[in-house]
Amino acid sequence: MSYARLVLANLGRNKRRTVLTVLSVAVAFFLFATLRSVVTALDAVAEVGSESRLVVTHASGITFLLPQSHAPRLAAVDGVDGVTWANWFGGVYIDTRNFFAQFAIDAESYLPMYPEILVPEDQLQAFMAERTAALVGSGLMERFGWQLGQTITLQGTYLPGDWEFTIRAVYTPDDPSFGDEMFHFHYDYLYERSNRQMSPGWFVLQLDDPDAAARLSQEVDALFENSTAPTKTETERAFQTSFVTMWGNVGALVQAIGTAVFFAILFVAANTMMMAARERIGEVAVMKTLGFQDRALFGIVLAEAVGICLVGGAVGLALARATLGSARLIQSILPGFTIGIDTVTTGIGLAALLGVLTGLIPALQASRLSVVEALRRVA
Amino acid sequence: MTIPVIYNLRSLRQRPVATLTTAFGMALVVGVFVAMMALSNGFRSALVGTGSEDNVILLRKGALAEMNSGISRQDANIVAGMPFVATDEGGRPLVSAETFVVVPLYRSEGRGLANVVARGVGLTAFEVRKDVEIVEGRVFRPGSREVVVGRTFTRRFPNSGIGERLRFAGQDWTVVGHFEAGGSSFESEIWGENEQFMPVFRGEVFQVVTFRMADPGSFDGVKASLEGDARLYVDAFRERDFYEDQGSMLSQLLDFVAVFIAGIMAIGAVFGAINTMYAAVSSRAPEIGVLRCLGFSPRSVLGSFLLEAVLIALLGGVVGCLFVLPVNGLVTSTTNWNSFSEVAFAFRVTPRLLVNGLIFSVVMGLVGGYFPARRAARQTVVSALRGD
Repeated sequence: MSYARLVLANLGRNKRRTVLTVLSVAVAFFLFATLRSVVTALDAVAEVGSESRLVVTHASGITFLLPQSHAPRLAAVDGVDGVTWANWFGGVYIDTRNFFAQFAIDAESYLPMYPEILVPEDQLQAFMAERTAALVGSGLMERFGWQLGQTITLQGTYLPGDWEFTIRAVYTPDDPSFGDEMFHFHYDYLYERSNRQMSPGWFVLQLDDPDAAARLSQEVDALFENSTAPTKTETERAFQTSFVTMWGNVGALVQAIGTAVFFAILFVAANTMMMAARERIGEVAVMKTLGFQDRALFGIVLAEAVGICLVGGAVGLALARATLGSARLIQSILPGFTIGIDTVTTGIGLAALLGVLTGLIPALQASRLSVVEALRRVA
Repeated sequence: MTIPVIYNLRSLRQRPVATLTTAFGMALVVGVFVAMMALSNGFRSALVGTGSEDNVILLRKGALAEMNSGISRQDANIVAGMPFVATDEGGRPLVSAETFVVVPLYRSEGRGLANVVARGVGLTAFEVRKDVEIVEGRVFRPGSREVVVGRTFTRRFPNSGIGERLRFAGQDWTVVGHFEAGGSSFESEIWGENEQFMPVFRGEVFQVVTFRMADPGSFDGVKASLEGDARLYVDAFRERDFYEDQGSMLSQLLDFVAVFIAGIMAIGAVFGAINTMYAAVSSRAPEIGVLRCLGFSPRSVLGSFLLEAVLIALLGGVVGCLFVLPVNGLVTSTTNWNSFSEVAFAFRVTPRLLVNGLIFSVVMGLVGGYFPARRAARQTVVSALRGD
């Protein structure tokens, strides 16, 4: 005799209830997938930074500029393979809402140090050849519907005026968490238009040996300790992590919400299971009379709960993957946001656990039911 | 004729487990919703409270954020001499020309570095900004390396007690006072004298000029004459609007997340409520039949079951609001991305938010109860009595 058919028949006896319960579980797992992916994306942003690159900033804070004269001295440090510099450009594209990161880079030294930025060869040459050219992420191109060769205007904030750039190259990142919404242009353009007032916001150093990062950071900072512009040097990963921690306790907050959601749905689902069990006391008593073992009844009721939760979980996770897996809106805030396989597998595991938890009490009740007691109540 | 409420209350008592689990599910939804709205509420009020209606803030044209701005000493003096600037009893203009920088400082308990706003202000700043008040110690003395720090700052950073020394920009600064600013983001800042901060930071330039208007109603005229003045190259904002706008992106994001998460959770909880109410309706079919025989109309039955669903939801709503009350006043922090600096702010659970939470729960109850209640009302008397 197949118990599976019995479980299916039980699920089918009140189709509306089964569907509603499955849907409420699905909703919970939709949220679970979304929230967990936010947390993993935050972690991924911290990890995207390389450990073999050092970032040198002004000791007084990231808003202070460093003199260009630091560059040759940095290059001369033993163990440093390459030096490049860049600066932040807080331009506004039409409206402040269209926020995206803009960097003025010394392309000749910068791009070789960032193999993450993949650019077609011909576009790269076109970018290098033009002073006002821009190198733009594929995600950003999509977001604003830009075309290669288009000229766009940014309104400067700390350097006032209209800045025109021609998009000459489009990059795709080798890893989505690197981000595909960055806008790069030539540092020289920034420097010249600022009447040669501008200087680098930070330097990036390429190390030949990542293990030497800690030692070299100290060495670099010691080198400039008594200069007019003392430095703070750390690995790129540590630098990125400090930006992530600036979000505050978002991770903890998201986890607290996730837990609340999980418990809310646990209650909803458990309530339904118990209602279903209560209605069936008579049936269970009859089955026992017919010779069904306690253990079998325990299994049947539990299987029903686990089945509902697994189906609900699968629906919710699939829905999240289908709708949010590639949502542009979320990715522009959190590069690399994606609903990964590990989230799905964790979700399925949780769904099974939820099923066991919600089914446990009704299953125990069913298996411990006293036949006489139950039949008397029914009659 | 309506069915007495006591009937619903007794029915709910009949099945306490189902009632409580359903209510608890809703309580969690309402709790999460109110908590998240309290978060964005707290953030917004920290920024809104930062500015005053009566003050005008000037930035270099197009700068948009204090950090990007630059205003020369000469321009600041021109502004100070303008007729619409309020003056104190001694006839001094209520103007504060300010430098604005962000410095990295180590947080207490080794929780890493945070960026903090160091604002160099004029001595009149404490008169221009009425809400800012020294609550302990005194104001910095002109010409000395002294600073005052905000209340929330003192809780989050070491060496911020009075008489202690903070080190930034390669110098030591003695903390001589603590100030409060009505919970606004100023309380996350360090204030020193502008003439002291200028040379060690960005040189001979102010970032913003803030002044009190002699006639707060005349803002439009003031803005037009400042922005139209050929000697100046500035944008003028009402101070309150400016600071509110600085955080609008983040508070909108927080609002959106709150509604998104609570909305999705609400769908799940409504499904649960529908289940519970359907079960209630089907197990009480004979009762419904009796009620109809007694002469209650289908409409009364519908109303009665809807009311029952709303009662469950309301119970959940009240419990959810009680859950959330303890987070009121809890201080957390995030970054104001316009200045890359840390802003500390407190969760703010207001009566209005609680009412919103209750309304939210009632709506969930109505939505969840409608279909089961309609079914109860539509049953024929005979089938109801038979218990189908």
